[in-house]
Amino acid sequence: MEAFAYRLKAFLVLAGVWLILIYPFSLQELYTGIAISLLLVILPLPGNRVFAEIGLAPKRVFFAVVYVLVLIIEIFRANIDVALRVVKPVLPIKPGIVKVQTRLKTKLGRLALANSITLTPGTITVEIKGDELYIHWIYIDAEDADTATQKIVSQFEKYLEVIFG
Amino acid sequence: MEILAIIGAFVSLAGSLFLLLAAIGIFRMPDTYNRMQTGTKATTLGSLLFFVGIGMANPSWWGKLLALTIFIFITNPLSSHVLARALHFIGKSPLLKGSKDPDVRDDLEAVESLETKEGDLV
Repeated sequence: MEAFAYRLKAFLVLAGVWLILIYPFSLQELYTGIAISLLLVILPLPGNRVFAEIGLAPKRVFFAVVYVLVLIIEIFRANIDVALRVVKPVLPIKPGIVKVQTRLKTKLGRLALANSITLTPGTITVEIKGDELYIHWIYIDAEDADTATQKIVSQFEKYLEVIFG
Repeated sequence: MEILAIIGAFVSLAGSLFLLLAAIGIFRMPDTYNRMQTGTKATTLGSLLFFVGIGMANPSWWGKLLALTIFIFITNPLSSHVLARALHFIGKSPLLKGSKDPDVRDDLEAVESLETKEGDLV
């Protein structure tokens, strides 16, 4: 049963990417894509388990949609922030590397968290060791740097915790 | 239809503006980490807006543009993460020269990181 579950998830991901790629659908392409996705999933290839941590419960899917919206809003906000820093004559930057803790347990969840942090301009994940993330931050807030950094993580964490468990 | 294409053109223009700011940032930033911050990251919003604009002008391209956006959003952070990690690994300090600010710090010491890397390789 468990083997069936992760194979189904891998199949959904593969078929989903294919459907997006061939967007003005034609039946021939659709059949070929689904047949090849099925073949890839049934064969004992390495990497089938990569998607095993994806949950398909309605609550998780709903949170995933909200998470994408939050991420896009965050990218907009941070991009404008960094763009303003670039054009200001005095160049207001104060870079350094800070350490933050994460509550996420799953590999895929931590990967998504690190990716989201790097996607928002102004912060880059430099290294992950266990549950500690080292983040390069373009402007470290002088007042209470630790709570400020924790805020970077927790705004994504509360969604990712539900999505990936 | 025409109006949508014109709006799309303006959205693309906004996207290219962000890409231009990224290019200016590469010139202005003092060290490699900060150049990466502007150079690799302004591309996220820049390319997002650009694809949305193109999608408005050519609605039949939505699928491929969506796929492009998803792949850029998955791979772009990965490459900048690897660059930053390699940069720290060879011992480049993220602090600016002559920085006296006590709040600015480097939690991940370069030497410590070097030791664990050698352990990983063995």
